[in-house]
Amino acid sequence: MTTRFFGAPVQRVEDEALITGAGRFTDDIKLKETLSAAFVRSPFAHARIVAIDASAAKEMPGVHLVLTAADLPDAWRDKRLPLDVPAPAIRHPLTQFALAAEEVCFCGEAVAVVVADTRALAEDAAEQVMVEYDPLPAVVDCREALSPESPLAQASTGDNLAAKWTNEYGDIERAFAGAAHVIAEEYFQHRGTGCPLEPRGVLAQYDRAADSFTVWSATQAPHGIKRALVEMFDIADTQVRVIAPDVGGGFGPKLLTYPEEIVIPHCAQVLGRPVKWIEDRREHMMATAQERDQLWSVKLALDAEGRILGLRGTLLHDTGAFVPWGIIMPYISATTFPGPYVVPAFKLDTSVVFTNKISTSPMRGAGRPQAVFAIERLLDRAARQLGLDRAEIRRRNLIPTEAMPYKVGLIYRDGQPLTYDSGDYPKCQQMALDTAGWDGFEARRAAARAQGRHLGIGLANYVEGTGLGPFEGATARLLPSGRILLRTGAASQGQGHRTVLAQIAADAFGVAVDEVDVEVGDTASVSVGVGAFASRLMVNAGSAVGTSSQQLALKLRHIAAAVLDARLEDIELSGGAARVMGTQGGQITFREIAKMSSGRPGFSLPKGIEPGLEATYYFAPPQAAYSNGSHVAEVEVDPQTGLVKVTRYVVAHDCGRVINPLLVDGQIQGGVAHGIGNAILERMRYDEAGNPQTTSLADYLLPDAGNVPDVEIVHMESPSPLNPLGVKGAGEGGTIPAAAAIASAIEDALSPFGVKILDAPMLPETIAMLVKDAQARKDAR
Amino acid sequence: MSAVSIRVTVNGTPYERQVEPRTHLADFLRHDLGLTGTHLGCEHGVCGACSLLVDGRAVRGCLMLAVQADGAEVVTVEGLASAAGLSPLQEAFREFHALQCGFCTPGMLTTLVQLLEDHPEPTEAMLREELSGNLCRCTGYAGIIRAALKAAPLMKAQKETAA
Amino acid sequence: MKASRFDYHRPATRAEALDMLQTLEGAKILAGGQSLVPMLNMRYAFVDHVVDINRVDGLSGIEIGGNVRIGAMTRQRHILADPALKARLPVVAAALGFVGHLHTRNRGTIGGSLGHMDPAAELFGIATLLDATIHVESKRGPRAVAIADYPQGYMTPNLDPDEMIVGISLAPPAEGHGWSFIEFAQRHGDFAVVAVGTTLAFDAAGKVNDARIVLCGMGIAPLRLAAGEALLMGTAAEPAAIAAAADLATRQDAMSDALASERYRRHLAGVLTHRALTEARARASHGKVQ
Repeated sequence: MTTRFFGAPVQRVEDEALITGAGRFTDDIKLKETLSAAFVRSPFAHARIVAIDASAAKEMPGVHLVLTAADLPDAWRDKRLPLDVPAPAIRHPLTQFALAAEEVCFCGEAVAVVVADTRALAEDAAEQVMVEYDPLPAVVDCREALSPESPLAQASTGDNLAAKWTNEYGDIERAFAGAAHVIAEEYFQHRGTGCPLEPRGVLAQYDRAADSFTVWSATQAPHGIKRALVEMFDIADTQVRVIAPDVGGGFGPKLLTYPEEIVIPHCAQVLGRPVKWIEDRREHMMATAQERDQLWSVKLALDAEGRILGLRGTLLHDTGAFVPWGIIMPYISATTFPGPYVVPAFKLDTSVVFTNKISTSPMRGAGRPQAVFAIERLLDRAARQLGLDRAEIRRRNLIPTEAMPYKVGLIYRDGQPLTYDSGDYPKCQQMALDTAGWDGFEARRAAARAQGRHLGIGLANYVEGTGLGPFEGATARLLPSGRILLRTGAASQGQGHRTVLAQIAADAFGVAVDEVDVEVGDTASVSVGVGAFASRLMVNAGSAVGTSSQQLALKLRHIAAAVLDARLEDIELSGGAARVMGTQGGQITFREIAKMSSGRPGFSLPKGIEPGLEATYYFAPPQAAYSNGSHVAEVEVDPQTGLVKVTRYVVAHDCGRVINPLLVDGQIQGGVAHGIGNAILERMRYDEAGNPQTTSLADYLLPDAGNVPDVEIVHMESPSPLNPLGVKGAGEGGTIPAAAAIASAIEDALSPFGVKILDAPMLPETIAMLVKDAQARKDAR
Repeated sequence: MSAVSIRVTVNGTPYERQVEPRTHLADFLRHDLGLTGTHLGCEHGVCGACSLLVDGRAVRGCLMLAVQADGAEVVTVEGLASAAGLSPLQEAFREFHALQCGFCTPGMLTTLVQLLEDHPEPTEAMLREELSGNLCRCTGYAGIIRAALKAAPLMKAQKETAA
Repeated sequence: MKASRFDYHRPATRAEALDMLQTLEGAKILAGGQSLVPMLNMRYAFVDHVVDINRVDGLSGIEIGGNVRIGAMTRQRHILADPALKARLPVVAAALGFVGHLHTRNRGTIGGSLGHMDPAAELFGIATLLDATIHVESKRGPRAVAIADYPQGYMTPNLDPDEMIVGISLAPPAEGHGWSFIEFAQRHGDFAVVAVGTTLAFDAAGKVNDARIVLCGMGIAPLRLAAGEALLMGTAAEPAAIAAAADLATRQDAMSDALASERYRRHLAGVLTHRALTEARARASHGKVQ
């Protein structure tokens, strides 16, 4: 096989439709007689539902249906949504009900649905659904959830502790007893939202004759919704088809199955007409999962030279009102904590607590940004205490490449020992430093100071388990037209999977990328699938496409060899045909092969070749593939206003072999933007009663073009030995260490004031007040 | 009072429709005319996904009532390409990977049509400031800025040729 | 997020508009719509009748004489781009540069902004800085409202339900005055957390004879820093005087909300007042010769 597209910056096959307005997002799909739904949501963070009177709403013009929990089928009225990833450490496996019946546990929880001719009419009627609530005390801040005085977030539990466990290895007591230096700090990170530009949305159609559902959803995991529908409705796998059409961004929160994805199909079944619900932005800020609130109370033990001896502490994770995604996220946080460093002894006690806010779910980085923030802040502090350069203390502790594959000593979320498969972390850090001109920074700083400006530089490293299994499947098929069709369990929210998967197949068949059609996001494509999250698709779906394509390509060569009376090893595929290599030049086009193999009488398949021009392969990775990277941020801080501008950003990135550098760079640039948002702009605020305060995009600040610099990206390629393509995931590395690198830079810029950055996001107000307080202390002395 | 009758030209095609006063222009285009290229990301005038051109000027489609467009010439993303093919701006978006999910893209493109007409020789700093009214969650903006810088002289030349 | 039902009216003349305002219960004027429509979409505002004055003649335009008179329906982009206005009152364009984005400036009007009365709105701040008179009309006749008497409460202007803003007059300082408009927001085009506008005019002896300072975003309406203005009068606006005026800014009342605390707002008021006065002094033709 000659590699032609693998590794090339191929332009995307997705783009033409999207730049001409021909994209097909959930709300763009028009089915005849579709009705629109609006939900009635709790205005309280915690309350008992006393009574619901929907009689007035039912009489409103254009209204077809109003449902409360009491109106749901007996079979699943009291059934909670499935918990996809159970774990023994979970003490209270509580997920949401489709509609809340007795108790609401966060502001925005759905208590009723109204279906009407238009969304406006549905909203008119939703205002007339009278719900009587008896407000209950709410727990809002996870730091108070375990206090004996704390209210309960869920009335049915005796406490707010959703889950608890310990991750450990090595002799932690000895490590700390023998330490020359111990750094102890506490870091808190607040939550934000994934905020894809397209909110969630569901369109459901019920076919009475076939007793089956077709559900379109702006989801990252159509197969997950299908499983949930099968379980909730107790129907056969064949009665549900879930399609994720064009999806306007995911970033994690769209991987859950939400109540709306159960309720809307039910409405469609009851009414016998298609029903659509499109989440509006305010609903998105209230009822779509969020992430990041965690409190880390941690200690780092070092020897006199700054080598890490041990790492210990506690992690408090806010899961919100439910545990829809189990403990995956805090578990990832806990196991990401040692990072790319040699940590001989480790002990972390994790507690997951309920609060009366929308649940948390993995959001770009999925628990890793917090862990990276904690370890990188500790290392910065240690560097200062030991009088070492921040890059130097890391250099002394990074895992050397000779140690690869490196067993950390922990079990990762895939149940396998946490083993870094490949990489050269010290070299990667050096690439980032060289690109950023780390050593020349002091001169730049001094020049800026002379103009009254405060510059700072910061550094952070990370390693990230990507490409999680359990598996993903792909079918490669030769169509009668001679084109190649790939059907996968993948779902795409802008990553360009169709392009990259087509690149992989195009190489196998010797055709151009635009001769490969790729189906993504449809449960009808493959019988089982997992979805797009955890930077897993290139490893899983990519490998499945690679292998199935090669299997089919081999079959085509076998057929061609028989037809052309040539040896198999002399047949090559190129330009949409199988040819005999050399000058004699016999060939047969794919189209002809397809025609011959379509079951035409008079044509026999070569001996040993089974009928059917397709091959299916499921790739199941033995364990996660570990991407890594080093980020260097330069910032300018206005110490008076607290305004931070990220002036320069460098990423040295290793995600194994790069299939399409244009797209990988795009993932990194976009990931960094998200990380900048997390670091200095985005804070999902709640008041003391648990009411969300930032429910519009005027209040919740997403980064704009002025907030994000053009990221300078350099690549290392350490192929993963764990999959045939040698690839690792690339979707989240831009985000993971960004807050840590920026915190490091801000603290550096403010070093004349002696300010410590312990929390994220780092908003101007916090920074300005830290500086002001530090100056007041200085003046008092 | 219920529906109001309006006449509006969209991408060169005249339409006459009855609209409810509360229907904003973006919903009208999407649901009454089936022009779903214009997207809604917030419906309160911040994200910019619904940006389109009314009488040559960029506006938020969610902040204008459809009845207000009575008599106006509207251009949406569906109207940017010509029979000859994609516009230089659209081409540049593809070349520089200026879109990922594509949801903000229609608003970015229509905004840039006015922006590059007003500023045929844009600087990066100006573009970053002026594009601050269009949010993108996927790309981190680098590709969008590059695409705009690439397209600007091509658009200028195209306009000069046409003139 | 769809608006509640309302009826729509599109008067062609001022008289017709005033008639509608007098006869229709629960009517609201639709000017540029950049504040009203989001509030309708979010169902923060409920109206029975929308009176769209976009096609009423004679409500837009800029006249520069002793005062500067701007028609209520003058679009923000036209105010921003007007060269004569920029020459006479550069602080207006400076403030407008912070207002929204090209889409919203294409539609947004000065009258709409004043009618909406967002506490942090730059144009509301400019009106307060430049001792504006707001010209309103109703079937009962015209009325002139001094900006000081205009705010009646949070987003509540001194307007009767049958009244409509038709224009605004600004009182410019003497030619050659220094000016500055600075605001703090993390993103371009957002409403300011705090904004400060100032003009400084100097007499022939180089002493301040007209000082105006406005703080926006502190409370329900822009606040003139009268004590700071008085302090600067007769000085050369030297650094010590500027520092003293800025210190007064930190002592003003301020609100706490989801965007910022009272403490931070007051701190910002001081920082921005200092910067704005320093910049204005440097820009004044008399200030420069000092």
